[in-house]
Amino acid sequence: MVGVAVLLALPVLTVFVTALQPVGAVWRHLVDTVLSDYLANSLLLMLGVGVGTLLVGVPAAWLTGVCEFPGRRLFEWALLLPMAIPAYIIAYTYTGLLDFAGPLQTTLREIFGWTRHDYWFPEVRSLPGAIAMLTLVLYPYVYLLARAAFLEQSAAVLEVSRSLGAGPWRRFLGVALPLARPSLIAGVSLVQMEALADYGTVQYFGVGTFTTGIFRVWFGMNDATAAAQLATLLLLFVFALLVMERLSRRQARFHHTTARQHRPPRVPLRGKRGGLAVLACLIPLLLGFVIPAGILAVWAARTAPRVVDERFLHLTANSLLLAAGAAGLILLLALLLGYGQRLRPRPLVRLAVRGAGLGYAVPGTVIAIGVMLPFAAIDRSVDGWARAWFGVSTGLLLSGTLIALLFAYCARFLPVALHSVEAGLTRIRPSMDDAARALGATPRAVLWRVHTPILRGSLLTALLLVFVDVLKELPATLILRPFNFNTLAVRTYELASDERLADSASFALAIVLAGVGPVILLSRAIGRGRTGQ
Amino acid sequence: MPKLSNPRVLLPVLCLLFGLLTSPLLAAEDVNVYSARKEDLIKPLLDDFSKQTGVTVNLVTGKEAALLQRLQSEGANTPADVLLTSDAGRLVAARQAGVLQAVQSAALAKHIPAAYRDPEGYWYGLSVRARPIIYAKDRVKPAELSTYEDLAAPQWRDKVCVRSSDSIYNQSLVAGMIVHHGEAGTEAWAKGLVANFARPPKGGDRDQIKAVAAGECDVTLANTYYLGGMVNSSDPAEQAAAAKVAVFWPDAKTTGVHVNVSGAGVTAHARNRDNALKLLEFLASDSAQRWYADVNNEYPVNPAIPPSATLESWGTFKADTLNVAKLGELNAAAVRLMDRAGWK
Repeated sequence: MVGVAVLLALPVLTVFVTALQPVGAVWRHLVDTVLSDYLANSLLLMLGVGVGTLLVGVPAAWLTGVCEFPGRRLFEWALLLPMAIPAYIIAYTYTGLLDFAGPLQTTLREIFGWTRHDYWFPEVRSLPGAIAMLTLVLYPYVYLLARAAFLEQSAAVLEVSRSLGAGPWRRFLGVALPLARPSLIAGVSLVQMEALADYGTVQYFGVGTFTTGIFRVWFGMNDATAAAQLATLLLLFVFALLVMERLSRRQARFHHTTARQHRPPRVPLRGKRGGLAVLACLIPLLLGFVIPAGILAVWAARTAPRVVDERFLHLTANSLLLAAGAAGLILLLALLLGYGQRLRPRPLVRLAVRGAGLGYAVPGTVIAIGVMLPFAAIDRSVDGWARAWFGVSTGLLLSGTLIALLFAYCARFLPVALHSVEAGLTRIRPSMDDAARALGATPRAVLWRVHTPILRGSLLTALLLVFVDVLKELPATLILRPFNFNTLAVRTYELASDERLADSASFALAIVLAGVGPVILLSRAIGRGRTGQ
Repeated sequence: MPKLSNPRVLLPVLCLLFGLLTSPLLAAEDVNVYSARKEDLIKPLLDDFSKQTGVTVNLVTGKEAALLQRLQSEGANTPADVLLTSDAGRLVAARQAGVLQAVQSAALAKHIPAAYRDPEGYWYGLSVRARPIIYAKDRVKPAELSTYEDLAAPQWRDKVCVRSSDSIYNQSLVAGMIVHHGEAGTEAWAKGLVANFARPPKGGDRDQIKAVAAGECDVTLANTYYLGGMVNSSDPAEQAAAAKVAVFWPDAKTTGVHVNVSGAGVTAHARNRDNALKLLEFLASDSAQRWYADVNNEYPVNPAIPPSATLESWGTFKADTLNVAKLGELNAAAVRLMDRAGWK
């Protein structure tokens, strides 16, 4: 258990070790010039995206989970679609649409004869713009986890509150929301970690954050140590956040006290309230999926005949297999760690699991380097050993193979699965474990025969989140992949970074479409897993 | 003895087999390339090379600093034979890191001018990119433009668009300025330029050109191949934007236009050294050099190659004669300088 966790924390530890060097002259320079900007921008981005995703994700989860209104069945799964769009892609599409040189502003200028100083238009490529973009593609994380929590909530609790005279708002704000807190916090902290690790969007928008700073110091000033130190600062920050989150819910218990549950009737929303409910779901869907995917489709229609060739299917297959393999592997690991922690809630185990869970806030490139260095060291020592004993060179066994890549995915995306699994486990009464054990079940049997069926929704959520994340993942894939191996994300990036956005649209759209299928399937499965059905 | 079917035995064995299978098989007629050039900008040439010579090219692309790190950490075990980068500074860094070896060949010496290669043969430039001023034809007369230095003058207040100083192109330009004007002089210039920005830096080179065309600013700095890509774009809007701007070659009477090269070197531990050299020679050959001009809109390093129609339309220019290796050495100083000047 601890071993697995330490292994997964290896990349992060490598970063720490690299950072354990004397502080160089670069720091003086950073403090004098840009560090305060990085700090302020990263904080604002994190807070903004956290608030934004809560405001969008939680109402949507409550409405589709507990209420009934026109289009509810459609929204239930459609609201997940934005998560299939990589953040930097949505940034490109909205910039293409709303920028000064884009069609919208150009048309306005032509109609009214304006020049640059005659009107005001919100600037997409700015910090608020970055918050908006990341909120649009990340709110599904909060939505998913919140919805799973609302669905797993016992109907009895809500009925009791109703019988005590609480109206729908009180039931939502006073009962359901506080009960769903572990899931909400899990969702928001995932989102915030992802926002902190984002590079593509903030870099394109010219917003200086910790992430862009790390790259600037490392690539521009050629100072890997200072870059690792910046990354460590970022990690300590995340670690403090996670610890605070743990402390805040230490005493609370969130599991149900009764096993007798049945499906609560949906609250019908009609007339004006129904209309508002539709709007609350329609707006994020339009802004987060329909419009950007539409722009991609328009671009792709123009460029596909030129850029799509026989390699396209190959890329798609690579992306799908890699994402599926990684998702399965990571889910198993998350279950192992989450359950291990439940069995032996010792400080060391907890710390190890927390440590393994830090990877998500680290930019993918940093994780990749953290994988590359120890793996190359292992290869070197195996090679040296084989030469000394057998006179043969084994060369590279791990570096530059899919194993290194899968390992990097585990280190980076484990927290996604772990958050979901843990949030689910906290809602299962410990007495259930005790009962099963008393009846002679081994710990493993408890996990497979008791927890797994109950957790189905949470597990599928975890699987889906990781699958889509890996599908979109770029930096680690770019650095660690073997020869002649490309994915849709790599291809999209290569074209987009060569500033051929329209050419990249076909591949970006393929990522989106590859993500949509699983999103729909799993959403249905989660729906079926609803308590009492 | 535990059985093979025991997962505790089977798993590591499978992992090992898998690793062996997926690590590149180092057959004799192979050459393995780490490329910081995007697949689209190099693969067609590599395919031609394979067709001509029968040597299979295995390719992995990535960012320069990451590929360099990969080479360094793999050490003597590296499968890579050739490192391709899109920036001379990285080749200098690679040489300093000890991951390249010197190779000599009459063909390379003949096709590549001395300013565009390492004096000892550790790396060779393969294509040249220039970063001139690009201006709005309807609002700026070429007579108003003269030098990079002049863009910091007050008459350009609120009229300059430039991309972020995160871009290696700007870092390398500023490194060149440091060589010519010293740190203090360059910093004063950078502050003046920042004061003239029409908007905070954002987007890529094409975005700057589009902003000039749309009237958000009047002048920008951009690499010519991006303009070339827009001229030959499938998007009518990009073509229209490209038609509204023109190229001005600055510093014609002084130090010349800032240029940098893409290039390649043979790795220190190359197992297919001969094929690696063969590949470099191919990339410097006439047909490959012509491809750089015709398809990528870059300038060939070989001066004997005639320019493509697009390149010809921009006219000729005087390039900065400074050895491009210097740009790499001053890159960190340039980044710090831009931080101090407030160039985001």
